Amino acid sequence: MPSPEPVALIDLARRGDKAARDLATADGALRFSDFATATALGGAREKLAGRSVLLLAGDSLKTAAALIELDGVARRLVLCPPDLRDNLIGEVAAIAEADAVVHGGEEPPGLDGAIAAHCRLPLQPAPTTPLPRLATEWLLLTSGTTGVPKLVSHDLATLTGAFAGGPSGEIQNWATFYDIRRYGGLQILLRAVAGFGSLTLTSAGEPIDDFIDRAIARSVTHISGTPSHWRRVLMSRAAARFKPAYVRLSGEIADAAILGALKDLFPQARIAHAYASTEAGVGFEVNDGEPGFPASYLGERDNGVAMKIEDGSLRIRSPRAARRYIGRNMPDLRDKDGFIDTGDMIERRGERCYFVGRRGGVINVGGAKVHPEEVEAVINRQAGVRMSLVKARRNPIASALVVADVVLESAAPREEAIREAILAACRAELAPYKAPAIIRFVPNLAMTPAGKLARDG
Amino acid sequence: MSLRLTIVSQIERVAREQRKTIAPLADDLPLLDSGLDSLCFAILVARLEDEVGVNPFSASPEAGFPITFGEFVKFYENAVA
Repeated sequence: MPSPEPVALIDLARRGDKAARDLATADGALRFSDFATATALGGAREKLAGRSVLLLAGDSLKTAAALIELDGVARRLVLCPPDLRDNLIGEVAAIAEADAVVHGGEEPPGLDGAIAAHCRLPLQPAPTTPLPRLATEWLLLTSGTTGVPKLVSHDLATLTGAFAGGPSGEIQNWATFYDIRRYGGLQILLRAVAGFGSLTLTSAGEPIDDFIDRAIARSVTHISGTPSHWRRVLMSRAAARFKPAYVRLSGEIADAAILGALKDLFPQARIAHAYASTEAGVGFEVNDGEPGFPASYLGERDNGVAMKIEDGSLRIRSPRAARRYIGRNMPDLRDKDGFIDTGDMIERRGERCYFVGRRGGVINVGGAKVHPEEVEAVINRQAGVRMSLVKARRNPIASALVVADVVLESAAPREEAIREAILAACRAELAPYKAPAIIRFVPNLAMTPAGKLARDG
Repeated sequence: MSLRLTIVSQIERVAREQRKTIAPLADDLPLLDSGLDSLCFAILVARLEDEVGVNPFSASPEAGFPITFGEFVKFYENAVA
């Protein structure tokens, strides 16, 4: 039996045409329905058919336009995140066997044998040529901090597996703090396109109050970001006027402090935290407002996802997971039973499982292991604390000590009282070597381009 | 504040935080009998580095490890000098 023609992103974008569905940043907007009669790629769509295409379109809007036009047409689409360093582009292109580049107008990188196509907005009227449908491979880059990123292979089916079977017709107007050129943001782009609604994205350098105001003006109902993004929202003035129906956290551990603060700020909203990674895909969503996840999620679930804990870390087998790593000499993504090791360490307490940190992120205090995140969870619960970063400080006696940088709320009590409260709570709840030896109060903490708390190394 | 007084006040603070009872800080008191455990010493060395700006433990490995409280004070005095 011939396999059915694969569904492509353009099919999803054309649904619900009666509503004026669009994707907007602070700089412009893109109406999904316009793709029936217009293009961002000039005459290049036909030339790109069947090729492995490096997407360096320059901004979110152009990237989204290229994705909509090229899914189902190109052999591969390589999503390059905005912070991909120029000196790595050639290596990424080589691993992806790229033979085409979509650029945003700047000088495109010179890649041997690759054709270049200019992606420009606004869309220009153009006849649409039917092209043979392919099941396009989407290559996403893992967000490693150094070295060449790993290329992870997905397709529209793995990327939309978490919501493709959901209720149709419900209008979800999404917004996200994430960049759509990474897994977390791409999930939201696809949810918006598949969800009959619109999408509101940040522009580079946009103040958070301006973004929230745009979200309010555009009737955003669903919004997603990392706990670090949300801690910034809690410091914004516009947040009090915003009334989303659904607030989603992912990408970092959602602790009790941030979940409680968001419940207070958005009493009308459903607050959910989700677990996902570029490799393992969307694992699960937790809707009870509590940190961690029920132990009943372990084992086989009826959505096809199976989870287990082995050597302390969460393992996921899922139809939403990436197919494989791309490139020579790459490790297997899965073990022999099909599970992916997420590297996220879990501690089970009774009927609940809690994330305690990354396998590689432990601080070694004289041979005893400390996950920074377990200490941050205690610190963040103290009144007056907005957020914290726990890290190692080299020490000649204990090899390393736990130290904490803490950001206070604007109306916080005096520093010395908070320091005492933090230490008292850490001593009550943690082993003595886990309590921070030194607490510094800092005005802010750095975030990575992926919206996570920047941790050294 | 003299360096000795700074060290004494930091030792008292660390001991209080870590719920340790410390012996009177006489010069001939062996550090191992002081009541501070190795975590306390690790914290003490980090705090003193912030307060007086030196860490003689990593700066001069050949200097010999202090055994008594008096040698510990001397160790820091030499590093600051």
